[in-house]
Amino acid sequence: MDNRVLATKNVNPFTPARLRRTIILGFKSLWLHRLRSLLTVLGIVFGVCSVIAMLAVGEGASYEAQEQIRRLGSNNIILHSVKPPDTDSNSTEQTYVIEYGLTYKDLERIRGTIPGVTVVVPNRIMRKRIWRATYRADADIVGTVPWFPEMKKLRLAEGRFFSDLESYEKTNVCVLSASLAPKLFPLKKPIGQKVRVGSNYYQVIGVIDVETGRPGSSDEGSRLDRLYIPLTTARARFGEILRKRSSGSFENEKVQLHEAIVQVHNQQEVEEIALIIEGILQRHHKKRDFELEVPLELLRSAEATARTFNILLGSIAAISLLVGGIGIMNIMLASVTERTREIGIRRALGAKRRDIITQFLIETVLLSATGGALGVIIGIMIPIGIGAMTDMKTIVTPEGPILAFSISAVVGIIFGIYPAIRAANMDPVEALRHE
Amino acid sequence: MTVAVASIARLEQVTKTYYMGSEKLDALGGIDIDILEGEYVAIMGPSGCGKSTLLNILGCLDRPTSGHYILGDVDVSQMEDDSLSEVRGSKLGFIFQSYNLIQQLTVIENIEVPLYYQGIAGEASRDIAVEMAKRVGLGDRLDHKPFELSGGQQQRVGIARSLVNDPIVLLADEPTGNLDSRSGAEILDLFNELHGQGKTILMVTHDDDICNQSQRVIRLRDGLVESDIRNG
Ligand SMILES: Nc1ncnc2c1ncn2[C@@H]1O[C@H](COP(=O)(O)OP(=O)(O)OP(=O)(O)O)[C@@H](O)[C@H]1O
Ligand SMILES: [Mg+2]
Repeated sequence: MDNRVLATKNVNPFTPARLRRTIILGFKSLWLHRLRSLLTVLGIVFGVCSVIAMLAVGEGASYEAQEQIRRLGSNNIILHSVKPPDTDSNSTEQTYVIEYGLTYKDLERIRGTIPGVTVVVPNRIMRKRIWRATYRADADIVGTVPWFPEMKKLRLAEGRFFSDLESYEKTNVCVLSASLAPKLFPLKKPIGQKVRVGSNYYQVIGVIDVETGRPGSSDEGSRLDRLYIPLTTARARFGEILRKRSSGSFENEKVQLHEAIVQVHNQQEVEEIALIIEGILQRHHKKRDFELEVPLELLRSAEATARTFNILLGSIAAISLLVGGIGIMNIMLASVTERTREIGIRRALGAKRRDIITQFLIETVLLSATGGALGVIIGIMIPIGIGAMTDMKTIVTPEGPILAFSISAVVGIIFGIYPAIRAANMDPVEALRHE
Repeated sequence: MTVAVASIARLEQVTKTYYMGSEKLDALGGIDIDILEGEYVAIMGPSGCGKSTLLNILGCLDRPTSGHYILGDVDVSQMEDDSLSEVRGSKLGFIFQSYNLIQQLTVIENIEVPLYYQGIAGEASRDIAVEMAKRVGLGDRLDHKPFELSGGQQQRVGIARSLVNDPIVLLADEPTGNLDSRSGAEILDLFNELHGQGKTILMVTHDDDICNQSQRVIRLRDGLVESDIRNG
């Protein structure tokens, strides 16, 4: 006999057959203490499923916000007219006319001085009652330009938007928003029919597909009742002065444009041009009677919010998985002590330290991975349930479950190492003597 | 005993000293023993004389404080941990007083444990284990758990497990200590049978009957060999 016979034979513990056995053995030991194993992994289960659920809700919310903002156009700068706050609106004088807001001149200045601007969409918005036979609805009449749908990224459900020619000729044509159409035409197809505003009739030539409102404004997300007519028609039919009923008395407002959309050719310049426009407007307006809205900025801040949210989620996940991991480590340490005798027996029968380490490590990983798998299942079901019961949008991206599951497995390894090493470092004689 | 038989396990001036704080305890104080191939040796002596300590060293579970232990041709006295595990798994078979079966495993799985650590798995492992179970008369108890067996049956499982790697030495620490006289006698019959088949057996015991069955009796006292007698 020579030394080679007794030299360490390298029995690889990771051959498929041996690994399978170790895994089966691990499941057996865990099954022996089912309740304890279940309670142990609850931390991981909750950690993983809350991460997945929250990620899905967060993803859904930020998707919706970004979608809304994108619909406004990330290359656009939207200008609004606002009533200056110090305007005396309680004036009872009937002839008093409040004049404020964006003017046609403003737009000309913007177009004339800024080279990067491609299209400008001016809008006039008036609240009016619209009639069709005996049906009626209150809606915003929007006087606008033919390229409005393209700028707003709106699709037409049927028909078409008005043309340059119709705009030029101040024709009485109109396009209904998706929500307005059924109110006026509950039974008939609207295209080709006529609606009445005041004493004027307008022919319906199109219906806009579902449209969502401006985020941040009070009508956000609701489907707006709107009637689109050519801006030229609006000026001709309604004049510059609008009469508004406010708290019992009439109020006359003179507003040339309520809204204008400026499209910037190069997205990089959007924020810079917004500043320039603000400067131009400020120079020509005595009061602050306008507002700039930059969807790109909203998009940026929405993305920043999403990032913050993800960091928050990440911390919650890290903490819950840490707590779960500590729970697992605690139980594995108890298990090692409990099974000291078994460790001694295995060592006496030829187990090397690394065999013991492998056994306990695999057991811990099984424990945490089982918890992780349970967490993934529950975590995927929760967003589905939320989606079914509320109209909140949830998106389960594959990254969520994969990330959460791998973290739980890694937690098993990290928190399993110490108990496994403790088990392996036991003296065989001492371990065998253990009661 | 005049035929030259190969020495299978030789101790040369083996000592084992335990330190408890400042206190020094010589559990073994210079032991010289030469075990020959095929011998059936009973190790006897009063409680605390160092029998288990000696057996642990012979079983490579523990290292001597000084001296040499030559197992086969190899000095294993200062081997590193992994090598000792390898020696235990491939050359030695252990039988314990309290059986030391793994409770969550079945009879057949318990018998397979040493094979697993030698890299033998699957069908091959099962076949060997079944054969050993039959050899100790437990062919019909393969899928029982240890707690479903009597003490004598459990010890048979222990013996089957110790045989499964075809060890060169069997080490038993009071194997009948927990058994009534009848099942104890059955276990001893089994040892006699194994000895008849050429196995080398080292057995710690308090039982004088056993010492009559064995060929050689080593008596210890206070960590030293008091007498080493070969019976005819
Ligand atoms: N780990 C240890 N630490 C300190 N002293 C020990 C240790 N193991 C054994 N001893 C001491 O060594 C001496 C021999 O012990 P051992 O277990 O070998 O006795 P034994 O002959 O097997 O006794 P018994 O017949 O009661 O089993 C005893 O005095 C014991 O207290
Ligand atoms: Mg003893």
